[in-house]
Amino acid sequence: MLQTAERGASTSKNGPHEKYLEAFRIMLQTRIFEEKLASLYRGGLITGGVYIGRGQEAVSVACGIFLQEGDVFAPLIRDQAGRSAFGEPLVDVARTYLGSRSGPMRGRDGNIHRGCPKTGQLAMISHLGAMVSVVVGKLLAKRMKGEKGFVGLTTIGEGGMQTGATHEGMNIAAVERVPLVMVATNNHYAYSTPNDRQFACADLVDRAKGYGYEGSSVDGTDLAQCLEVIGAAVQRARAGRPPQLVVASTLRLAGHGEHDDASYVSDDIRREPFAQDSLQLAEQLILEQELMDREALQQMRAELAAEVDEAVATAQQEDTPVGSEEDWCAVATRSLVDQPALAE
Amino acid sequence: MSVTYLEAIREAQAKLLREDDRVFIYGQDIAGKFGGAFKATKGLAEQFPGRVLNTPISEDAMVGTAIGAAMEGMRPIVEMQFADFSSIALNQILNNAGTQYWRTQTPCPITVRLPSGGTKGSGPFHSQSMEGIYSHYPGLVVLTPATVEDAYTMLIDAVAIDDPVIYCEHKYLYYHLKADALPTEKLPIGKARIVRPGRDLSIVTNSAMVHEALAVAQQFSADGVEIEVVDLRSVKPLDTDTVLASVARTGRLLCVGEAFPWGGVTAEVIARVATEGFHLLDAAPARINAKDTPIPYHPNLWSEHRPNAKTIAAKVRQVLSE
Repeated sequence: MLQTAERGASTSKNGPHEKYLEAFRIMLQTRIFEEKLASLYRGGLITGGVYIGRGQEAVSVACGIFLQEGDVFAPLIRDQAGRSAFGEPLVDVARTYLGSRSGPMRGRDGNIHRGCPKTGQLAMISHLGAMVSVVVGKLLAKRMKGEKGFVGLTTIGEGGMQTGATHEGMNIAAVERVPLVMVATNNHYAYSTPNDRQFACADLVDRAKGYGYEGSSVDGTDLAQCLEVIGAAVQRARAGRPPQLVVASTLRLAGHGEHDDASYVSDDIRREPFAQDSLQLAEQLILEQELMDREALQQMRAELAAEVDEAVATAQQEDTPVGSEEDWCAVATRSLVDQPALAE
Repeated sequence: MSVTYLEAIREAQAKLLREDDRVFIYGQDIAGKFGGAFKATKGLAEQFPGRVLNTPISEDAMVGTAIGAAMEGMRPIVEMQFADFSSIALNQILNNAGTQYWRTQTPCPITVRLPSGGTKGSGPFHSQSMEGIYSHYPGLVVLTPATVEDAYTMLIDAVAIDDPVIYCEHKYLYYHLKADALPTEKLPIGKARIVRPGRDLSIVTNSAMVHEALAVAQQFSADGVEIEVVDLRSVKPLDTDTVLASVARTGRLLCVGEAFPWGGVTAEVIARVATEGFHLLDAAPARINAKDTPIPYHPNLWSEHRPNAKTIAAKVRQVLSE
């Protein structure tokens, strides 16, 4: 097992991770954006669900920030920070949530089920673990085509770790020896179900050995540690080491979705160290280590809020899809549409 | 020289591997000298190193991997060891492959080969015909070749199609069907074929049941009854026009399918004829499928479970008598 970094160790000894402030900015943007989405949802302006990553921004941003062009990223439900770090434009998120016909999903799919495969960001389906083997296939194909130096990263939760698809996907990645990084965030609730009804092993990271992965653990509330541990895992995968499993510990600081008040989360668990807010902790560290002052932080916050408002305003002004203009064609080969009359 | 249905499938794959660098085959026990449970890939791994790959027993991940590779520009062929085991991969096929183009405008050109249908002694888990299930879901093309020629050309076409294709190859036909040579001509995907012209009744069917239907038609011909047999070839898209034209000629319709009776291909064909060609019918349309039980192991039971020449003939008489 690889070593687990101590809280804040990388920042106190050697100064902050070179990507610390960049990552913090994305985390803060994510928080402001997701609060905006939640408020639009409460105002009845978003149809369907809103699923936010509050409390998981540090892990998520670290998942996206080390990926490059040519890499593959298969994010899940709480990965706004990682998606933004990977380069997803905010306006596309707003478009998907608000159902703009100009967005990447054009109203055909919504909220977190979005992606842009040609940029390497896959569009998740709801069935957990299903994206793992899809990433494996992308990586296998890249190798067959002679590409080099690429990695794939996918995320999962402690609930999603228990599906058959996750097991099959993790195993086939190791069999194919593709450069996969799997980041599993144990946020202690899979919807409403706590850990003791999800798994019975001592620690999910112990599974790494069983799959032929290299495993590491990370405190998901500590941005410095997330950058260090996930960054190192990405680097190892890129260098040709076996697939990497990183298990992060956090508490989901929101409901499963904004429809859920999370009243099942116990008070005891809210007092656990892993229940701390990674964004607040990062902000404290920034002030303590004088990486930025309060004024600069305030300035950053205002700039980010303006970016978010602009993205939302743009999406709100765009047209929504219209059934009569939809082509109702699920196949790429037009000549193979069954019952063309029904598509009209 | 003669070519079996199975050899046609192998030859099609050899041609695809030879002519298209994007093609690779992914499945259980298909590589090495073994060449697959039915030998559909025998010799190919040696001939095309690194492109015929054994997988773990992970149907879900096999298809998921193929989906990822297809989205990255490859043309993977997945061999399921038996169609029945593709139930493990249903999620990937229906929800990932079937929705991909619609959701992201990214084509997902995978071909999933399903060794389908019953043979003696194969029992509940090695005999299923699953074309109806796959056809129910959007975004998939579903093919059921019934001849050596179609086995060859439709597999080559399947790989060329920019959409996920479920290619149902019938295990009974593997060794029982022979042609003189590989075909040089083909019908396009999506077109049904009139395998036998007739004027008194249309049997619309697919896959191995085409041959049962032909045997029955032969039998009735001796008594002066001419049955037209329509081989659907492609279940999705379904060639409604050819079916309606046949019914227009005969006025009577019997659909025969090896799959279970609830819903499925036969029900769909009858629904389309009843809604679009009701005026063409001189008698109520009929259908015959397997029985609504799991597929039995013992040959005595199995031969009664699926439609056979006797039960098809009885249904023909019933429809003709109306």
